[in-house]
Parts: sequence; structure tokens; C-alpha cells
Amino acid sequence: MNLHRIFVEPWQSHASHYWPVFAMAFFVTVACGLIGNYLVLRRISLVGDAISHSVLPGIAIAFILTGSRSGTPMFIGALVAGVAATLLIEVLHSRSRLKQDAAIGITFSTLFAIGVILISIHGAHTDLDLDCVLFGKMDFLPGREPVFLGVPGVTVTMAVVAICVGLLIIIFYKELLVSSFDPSLAASMGINPRLVHYLLMAILSVVVVAAFISVGAILVIAMLILPAATACMLSDRLWLMMILSVLHAFISSLGGVHLAVALQVPTAPASVVVGAVCFVVVWIVSPRQGLISLWLRSHRADRAPEVRSAGNV
Amino acid sequence: MTDFVPARYFTPLLAAFFFLMFAGDAAAARIGELVQTDPWQQMRRFFTFSDPGLRLGLIGALLFGATCGLLGSFIVVRKMALIGDAISHAVLPGVALGFLWSMDKDPLAILVGATIAGLTGSLVVELIQRTTKIKQDAALGIVLASFFAVGLCLIRMIQNNNGASKITGLKSYLFGDIAVLDRQDILTITAVVIITVLLVVLLYRPLLTIGFDREFAYSIGLPVKLLDGIFQLFLAFSIVVALQAVGVVLVSALLITPAAAAYLLVNRMHHMLWVASAIGMLSAVLGVFFSFLGSNLPTGPFMVLGASSVFLVAYLFAPRHGRVTRWLRHRSRRRDVSNENTLKSIYRILEQGAANGAGNVVQIDKLAGERRVSKAELLTDLRRLRRIGAVDLIAQGRDVMLTDAGLQRARRVVRNHRLWEVYLTNEAAYASNHVHDDAEKIEHFLSEEKVAEIEHQLDYPEVDPHGKPIPGRIGA
Repeated sequence: MNLHRIFVEPWQSHASHYWPVFAMAFFVTVACGLIGNYLVLRRISLVGDAISHSVLPGIAIAFILTGSRSGTPMFIGALVAGVAATLLIEVLHSRSRLKQDAAIGITFSTLFAIGVILISIHGAHTDLDLDCVLFGKMDFLPGREPVFLGVPGVTVTMAVVAICVGLLIIIFYKELLVSSFDPSLAASMGINPRLVHYLLMAILSVVVVAAFISVGAILVIAMLILPAATACMLSDRLWLMMILSVLHAFISSLGGVHLAVALQVPTAPASVVVGAVCFVVVWIVSPRQGLISLWLRSHRADRAPEVRSAGNV
Repeated sequence: MTDFVPARYFTPLLAAFFFLMFAGDAAAARIGELVQTDPWQQMRRFFTFSDPGLRLGLIGALLFGATCGLLGSFIVVRKMALIGDAISHAVLPGVALGFLWSMDKDPLAILVGATIAGLTGSLVVELIQRTTKIKQDAALGIVLASFFAVGLCLIRMIQNNNGASKITGLKSYLFGDIAVLDRQDILTITAVVIITVLLVVLLYRPLLTIGFDREFAYSIGLPVKLLDGIFQLFLAFSIVVALQAVGVVLVSALLITPAAAAYLLVNRMHHMLWVASAIGMLSAVLGVFFSFLGSNLPTGPFMVLGASSVFLVAYLFAPRHGRVTRWLRHRSRRRDVSNENTLKSIYRILEQGAANGAGNVVQIDKLAGERRVSKAELLTDLRRLRRIGAVDLIAQGRDVMLTDAGLQRARRVVRNHRLWEVYLTNEAAYASNHVHDDAEKIEHFLSEEKVAEIEHQLDYPEVDPHGKPIPGRIGA
């Protein structure tokens, strides 16, 4: 393999192409990774998946009606579809004997199917086709005219979203922390846990919709969960997890760009692959929860059984 | 278990399969090659089975629709819907590797690859949960998306290295395309379906036990871990079987939705298996039909919509749990109660007036006062009662007369009410001024047998705790 082509050329002769791609990948993974920490903590990771699938018909209808790829109509469409999905899940779950998992599965697959049909009828050879749903269009972002520091408008939007997410998390750090770990304590401190939950869902929807055009509907769940899951194997502190997930986002987006060049594949799945590799590496070598330390500990425990009870508490 | 797979159900199905499979090939293009799409003409072609590609597609659809319903039932009752979704995404790299291995769309290689990938996915989910503090939801999300991303990269690499000719074959695995099924695919699907059905029949009871009560399964010495493994294998199988026609992205819906619809329709597990299989077949055929009407439309989303429509019908109109049926039942029960209360009021007025010999006729104004409702409301109630033949309106609608049937029903309700008051006072030691409200509710729902039992137990009382006479048994 030609290392020069993979690692040097993107930043020299093709910098004007790869710089915006990297910037987009980084902002998407950072925004998703930060909000993903709360999804993992609250054990609602798959809600991100459900939202990204459910908003598809809304995005498709907005795109077909307006014919434009500007953000506002798509966002409104996505919002309507997202709210409809939430209501449907609630109705199916609370008004029948179905359990929540089945209600979620039925709702999001139905909405997603409607979206796929609409796109395959109307969307062929446009910016919104089935390839976009699967792979994302990170490498060929629509409207590539650079508007700021050589990056196109959608990337600037994503950057603004990422910065807003970061700021909101800093401002409401305590509220989010307490309501994620102990809702009743939060209530006793005067924080409304339901309000925090809906706020979180609203931020999540904004992030998912903003990221849609670059990563599609399916891969976004990886961007949401992998950074947080990797971070939580390294630390118990939420602020440290946040910093680690930003680091994970940086590594996976940078590595993703290079892997995409090396294998000639789209950047979005390549970033997820790099992120997954990071996860596996941490899973193996993490000092406290890693497979190696786990194995060492059980090995030691075999020889000295009295350590076991102390070690595994 | 003998009632589970009666051969008589299979014989006609098998006959249909063989007919569809070996009927002479009419001169017709395959679905994907059609250019002109007149929906009416397509519909005619669909119902005359004149298209060999369509015939194969229908066989495949019936087969994997049934399997998905069968295994989906276990998934729904075990609350594993999201696990099914994760595993179905995780098979994608296996599909790509199977393709790479054979360098062709060899169904067997892809089947093996996809099954291995699916099993690996569920193993990794298990491993993450067991060795780290990451919970199931995040573990599923990680496996789902990471495997899927690897699969997407592999597919794109294959597309880069091969000409465009093979891309269509591989791309159909993402959103499904029934038109690419050929005879070899159908044979593979048939084999897998037969194995799956056989295993479900043989292991029906153990699978049911671990699904509903794991502790009990352990305690009676079932090999729970092994059965879990077998079930995961089934799951991977059924996903793989439906893969080509439904697509990786939506195949989990074909597992969940028909089974969920069946779950709303019936209560017993072996009934659910049958109903879910039938709904699965119906959804798959609906999907084939609708995607056949247009050209080059992905099949998978239409199958999912077919399943969702069936689910919607079940959700609204299921005999016991349907929203609409439940609402209708509620309404008719409310009407019954209101009818009986009106009749009871008429009876009580008659009872008071019996001494001055007023017969069966009551003034409507007086009745409205007794019921504490407006005259207009009362008239609506009375007209409803007249329709069921319980009362007659006489004297230009100023008076109401109880018919014989109405009188009987009124006596029954009053009897129930007063007997229950005696019962509560005597047997449950209620104070006699606290029993009315309770009796007011239960009087509408006591069955004849229950009343007879209570009467017997109370030794046939003649008056209630307030000293009012209890009307005699009807016909007595």
C-alpha cells in the first residue's frame, strides 16, 4: 500500500477536498459523541437509532415538496416525523399489550419503509438517494462552495450544532448529571427530570437531523454510542468521559478519512470502522475493565481464592 | 405438539409451490427488466402468474414469510425485538464476505457467511455485556452499527474491484429485491425453512419454557445455554433466508410486526405461531404485489408496509384487544348499564305507586325527576329502550309503559341489587347504610348462577336491609 498516497497526499495536493470532509466528520462525531454519553448513561441508546430511522419520511417529503436541500424544510419535516413517531410508540405501547421493544421496532421500521419508498420513487439521481441513507454523503456534501475557512455551509451548520451541544452540556452539566443518575434526587433538588429528558431528546433530534446528510440514517447510532462506550471503560467521571469521547471522535474521524482513502470507501462507514477498532482496543487493554486485566485477575484469583472476593467487589 | 403441524395444512401449500416452480415458463421478462409500468397490466400479470420470475418470488415470499412469523413469535414473547434488529444489521459483513469467497452470488456461501456474522454479532453483544459495565442497549447499538459499517465498506470495495454487473446482485441485499431470486436461491431457502420448521416443532416446548420462565427451565434441568444458542442460530437463519428479498435494513420488521399482530389476535402460543406465519406470508405477498406494480422498486419496504397494515388492522379490530372492538364493547356495556338503571327507576316508581293501582304506566316527568336527568336525555334513553322492546311510549310521549320483557329485566336488576345488599350486610358484615353504592355497581354484572348461589346461601330472604321486598325469581 502506498503510504504517501494515504497519509500525506490528502493534506497536500487534495487538501481542499479532504479538509472539509475531515471537518464534517469531526463535528458530526463530536456532537453525536457528547450527547451519546447521556444516552449510554440513561440506557436509552437505541432511541437514537429509532429517531434517525423515523425522521426519514419527514426528510424525504420535505425534500420532494421543496426540491431544495436547504436545512429548514428538511428540519421541519424531520421534526414532524419525529414527534409522530414518539406519539405512535407511546400509543402502541400504553394502549395495547405490546411491550415497548416491539412498539419501537414496529414504529420505526414502518416509518423508515415509507421513507425508503418515497426516496426510491422520487429521489433517484438527487442528493437524497438510497446511497445517502446508507453511506451518507460526507465525501460529496451538497453545496460544496466553501463559505468559511474553506468548509461548506452544511459543515458550518454542523459545527454550530456541535458547539451548541457542548455549551448546553457545560451550562446544564449538574442538571443532566443528577437527573441521569438519580431522577428522584433530581426531583428533590427542584430539577424536573421529565423536562430534562425531553430537552435531551430535542437536542438528540437536532443532532441526528443535522448529521443525516453526511452519515445517513443507520450509521449515526455508532457515532452516538461508540465514543461514550469507549470512554466509559476508561473512566467513571462524567466530565472525563466527555473529554475522552471528544478524543475518540477526533481519532475516528481522522482515521476514517485516511481509511476511506486507503480502501476507496465512503468516509462515514470508514470512521465508524476506526471508531469500532478503537473500542475493541480499549476493551482489550483498559486497565480496570479490559479483557486482559480481567483475565489476569481471574488467573490470580485461581491461585489465591481469598483475593477473589476482594478483587471482584 | 401433535396439533402443531397437521399434514393436511401442508399438502395444498406444497402443491402450490410445485405448481409455481415448475409451471411452463411463459414468454415474459424478469421483473427487473420491465421498462413500461402500466399498473393495470402489471396487476393482470400478477394474478395470472404469467411471469416466471414472479412465480419464484412468490414461492420465496411465502416460505420466508412463514419462517419469519414462526421465529418472530418467539422474539416478541421474549421481548427480543431490538436484539433481532441488531443481529439483522450485523449479518451484512457476512453477506459481503460470502460474496467475496465465492466471487459470485452463490446463495450457499452467502448463507454461511451471513449466519456466521449474525452469530458472531450476538456473541459479541453477550461478551460486551458480561465483561464490561456497558448495558444491553449500548452493546446492541455498538454491534449493529459497527458490523454494518464494516459490511458497507466491504460492499463498496467489492463494487470498486468488480464491474457493474455484479453490483445489482449485492445491492439487493440492502433493501431487498425479489426479482433477483433464482431457482437456486429458492432451493436454499426451502432447505433452510424445512430445517427451521423441523427444529421448532421438535424443540417447541423447551423453547417455550426458556422464553417464558428461565428459572423454571434451569430447575427442571433444561440445557438453557444450548437452547439459547440454537435459538440464536434459528434467528440468524430466518434473517438470512429473508435477506435477499427484504434487505438487511428492514428484515427485522418482518420478524417483529407479523408476530406482534398475532400477539394481539390470539392468546395461546401455538395459535400465535400459526397466525404469525400466515400474517408473515400475507405481508410478504403484499410486498411482492406492490413492488411489482412499479418497476425497480425495492421489495423490502413494501413487505414491511404490508406487515404494518396487517398489524394496524389487528391493532384496531382484534376481537379482544383491538382498540375499536374494545371501544365498541365499552360503549355497549355503558348502554346496558344505563338501560338497566332507567328500567330500575321505572320499577321503583311503580313499586311506590303499586298501592294506588297505577298499573305499568309511569309519567315521564316523574321519571325524569327520579333519574335526575333532563327530559330530552331521558327521551333518548327511552327510545333506545323502546327499540329493544323493554318499554312503550304512550299518551303522546307523556307516559312510559313497561312491557313484559322490560318488567322482567327491571325485576332482575332490582333483585340483584337487593340480594347483594343483604349479602354484604349478613355475610361481609357491612353496615346496612354502606351497601347501596356497591350494589349499584355490581347489580349489572351478577350472573344467574351467582345470584342463585347467593340466594341459597342467604336462605331465600324476602326483604333487603332497608325493608324493601326482593322481587321473586323470574318466572317463579
